[in-house]
Amino acid sequence: MLMTNLKAATAALAFAAAPAAADVDLQFYFPVAVGGAAAETIQSLTDQYVAEHEGVAIEAVYTGSYQDTVAKALTAARGGNAPQLSVILSTDLFTLLDEDLIQPFDTFATSAEDKDWLASFYPAFMENSQTGGKTYGIPFQRSTPVLYWNKEAFKAAGLDPETPPATWDEMVEMGKKLTVRDASGNVTQWGVRIPSSGFPYWLFQGLTTQNDVILANAEGNEVHFDDPKVVEALDYLVDLSKSHEVMAPGIIEWGATPKAFFEGQAAMMWTTTGNLTNVRDNAPFDFGVGMLPAHLRRGAPTGGGNFYLFKDASEEQARAAFDFVKWISEPEQSAKWTMATGYVAPRPETWETETMKAYAAEFPAVLVARDQLEHAVAELSTYENQRVTSIFNDALAAAITGQKSSQEALKDAQAQADAILKPYR
Amino acid sequence: MLRTRGWIEAWLLLVPGFVFLIAFTHVPALVTIWNSFFTTPRGRRPARWAGLENYETLLSDPTFWKVLKNNALYAAGTIPLSIGIALVMALWVNRQLAGRGLVRMAYFTPTVLPMIAVANIWMFFYTPGFGLIDQIGAALGLGQTNILGSADTALWGVMVVTIWKEAGFFMIFYLAALQTIPPSLVEAARIEGAGGWTIFRRITLPLLMPTTLFVSINAVVNSFRMVDHIFILTGGGPDNASSLLLFYIYEVAFRFWDTAYGATLTVVLLAFLMILAIGQFVLFDRRVHYR
Amino acid sequence: MTWDRVLNTLGAWALALLWVLPLAYAVWTAVHPAAFEARFDLLAPLTLENFAKAWSAAPFGRYFLNTFLLVTVILAGQFLLCTLAAYAFARYRFPGRGILFGLVLLQLLIMPDILIVENYKAIHLLDLVDTIPAMALPYIASGFGIFLLRQTFLSVPKELEEAAQIEGLSSLGILLRVYVPPAIPTYLAYGLVSVSHHWNNFLWPLIVTNSVETRPVTVGLSVFSAIDSGVEWSVINAATLMTSGPLLLAFLLFQRQFVQSFMRAGIK
Repeated sequence: MLMTNLKAATAALAFAAAPAAADVDLQFYFPVAVGGAAAETIQSLTDQYVAEHEGVAIEAVYTGSYQDTVAKALTAARGGNAPQLSVILSTDLFTLLDEDLIQPFDTFATSAEDKDWLASFYPAFMENSQTGGKTYGIPFQRSTPVLYWNKEAFKAAGLDPETPPATWDEMVEMGKKLTVRDASGNVTQWGVRIPSSGFPYWLFQGLTTQNDVILANAEGNEVHFDDPKVVEALDYLVDLSKSHEVMAPGIIEWGATPKAFFEGQAAMMWTTTGNLTNVRDNAPFDFGVGMLPAHLRRGAPTGGGNFYLFKDASEEQARAAFDFVKWISEPEQSAKWTMATGYVAPRPETWETETMKAYAAEFPAVLVARDQLEHAVAELSTYENQRVTSIFNDALAAAITGQKSSQEALKDAQAQADAILKPYR
Repeated sequence: MLRTRGWIEAWLLLVPGFVFLIAFTHVPALVTIWNSFFTTPRGRRPARWAGLENYETLLSDPTFWKVLKNNALYAAGTIPLSIGIALVMALWVNRQLAGRGLVRMAYFTPTVLPMIAVANIWMFFYTPGFGLIDQIGAALGLGQTNILGSADTALWGVMVVTIWKEAGFFMIFYLAALQTIPPSLVEAARIEGAGGWTIFRRITLPLLMPTTLFVSINAVVNSFRMVDHIFILTGGGPDNASSLLLFYIYEVAFRFWDTAYGATLTVVLLAFLMILAIGQFVLFDRRVHYR
Repeated sequence: MTWDRVLNTLGAWALALLWVLPLAYAVWTAVHPAAFEARFDLLAPLTLENFAKAWSAAPFGRYFLNTFLLVTVILAGQFLLCTLAAYAFARYRFPGRGILFGLVLLQLLIMPDILIVENYKAIHLLDLVDTIPAMALPYIASGFGIFLLRQTFLSVPKELEEAAQIEGLSSLGILLRVYVPPAIPTYLAYGLVSVSHHWNNFLWPLIVTNSVETRPVTVGLSVFSAIDSGVEWSVINAATLMTSGPLLLAFLLFQRQFVQSFMRAGIK
């Protein structure tokens, strides 16, 4: 007994000492934006990698929210101790390029196998990861918005509980049937809820994509905020409350949206696939998950974080980091991650594994997000991303709250964004 | 000789405190002004002299003007109301009252709770449809509200939370002051036939003047400093309708990473505080008997 | 007369109810399942699960420790530095006294909270970003503290000091034996204000911390409540109660002493 204990202790010591003996030390930052076991899953995957690969030690640092993570990476880099690898919002690509902090993965993808690997992700996720013909980001914690509907409310309104609206017009029609008023004319249940607080541009991008217009160019230095089709999309959003009266007026809080759905305040809601687990656990009624309705085409934005490779890394570190990213994106690891968090697995191969197939059979809603990827586009991302998107957000809020017309709000936003982006052209 | 020794002693006593005061208040305040004349350094582009460029940007920045207007309204709304409520609270708690301890405790709880946490609770109160306000409204047959989600009301929603948070804190100062007013003074006035209102106006209020000065300086500073709840309640929205100067500074400097423009905005904030402080001293000076 | 009294009592109670409502709501949601966040059903089942969930969902123990360290460092620093400075202003006459005191008063207005941009640069220059000292340093010297203690020290009778001088006490001895003891209520009152202020401070810690090892409870709570999948009031409120519980309890227990120390401190 004593001996085995001693042996275990020595083994543990040897293990603990291993990182010091490693040929390559890596530091890796990761944020967590969903509840649940996300942080533990990353840690255990990292541990598994280190156990399987001799000579590499990886320190995975949980750095809080996305905002914290990018701030920490920026400050660390300025202080000369940047991590070699970090998961950061896909939309921060241009900020990181502007700060001259990251390097493309292509440098290390020299073999044919590696090149195939780079090409093996869903193109929708790669749009936010590539610019100027180089790949700077590898999709990891990625999501997309979907439509959730309350089947009981559909039944009560005399609608088919298995069929969500397929088009903009259908959403309005169904929404009208689903909007319930009490005797004094006050609304007790809204037809649809598209939250617009904080980052309204994201869900709004669903509407613009469906209206067949792209908000920013791939170089990240030009935006099309005042395109007539964007104006039309915003008019549609505003009219949901203003003329059709199927959605609550004013800004709708993102954070309270799932709760409002559970409370029967809204019969349909648009929100991220990251809410799947939450809704499954807490909705007191039967619900469905579907793609966002289509207009000129189907469409949705993508969202979430990518792996970035930092410039300061030595040749060996960069190679090791590259290898780690490749490993963690392999179907087996990726499936574990997707099941633990609800993020969309970014490579088709992952969905072919037995574990994922079994998971999808048990909970088919997860397939909706995957199938929607075919229609998805890059999340709005430009140079000075935070500032440009906040201008756009303000414009959307101004139109939603009736301060300005859609046309006017977007025209002002375009002018402001142009002024900021001019130096980058 | 003895005198110089005293001087040196005094200066030595002041050194530790002043190192920190100067390093984190006076120097940064001056450096802020200096930096407002440069551009923000980014990546490989170092900062360069910008002259008045940042100030030109400021003058033509619609968000700045909006935020400034908001902050003026916020100050004008929260300062008198929170002080007034604090005074009423103190007067109530200072007299014979059933359950006085509990009432005092209730008034004081907001001071102890972190703003960032209570903001979440207030957000529930304000939530359209199933929030507390709307539940009460529905029981009375009223329709849904969307206080934080409408441009006309968002700032008011934020102001209510501020007043709720501040009044109890200010009450403590008034209460302490009230308890030092000699009861004999009030008795004497009563014997002379003065009514409650006259006593309050002629005796209590003047004697509370130094407290009012102290509390109002605090309130002024807080009206520019308290932005925690905005992070949770509205994020400054909709379209900056509830954004305040310091919140905007945070956004510019730590979200957009435009530190030079952040410094320029800070200069405006500093200027405001100075003007208000001077104004206050002048306003109160004639009525306050300070040692 | 009695009418007046009844109205006042009713008014005082109505306001008290309004004021305690958020705390009452926090308690309600924290001890009931999430489904009752917006349903006020007296028969709702009680549970402690929200506390367990909050505790396991984020390292609140660590956050709590960080906050505790933070307020301790600040309070200790403030007591020391403000005492020394206030003593100098109260007891000595020296060249520059007026100007220096003016600089102290200036900090009543221009607080470090407002100078976030430059203070962040300074902390970064000192290579202290994401440490507990980074959160504490700007607040260590407090204009308010110096002002308050000076006022109290000024009211110490000169005779006491002269007697101590005759006994041969040094300057520091006089400070400790003569000035500090009668100022204890002031220290208490100031200490309580300082602790509650820094326990609840948010913006500056948000800016200078970015890891679990340094983050105080306020920033921890905000990270915790700002997740993509929406607000869970029951868990957030449980976390709020856990993290502000000790402070809340301390204030409830000592509120009488608290008011009295303000009174004696002459903060009025």
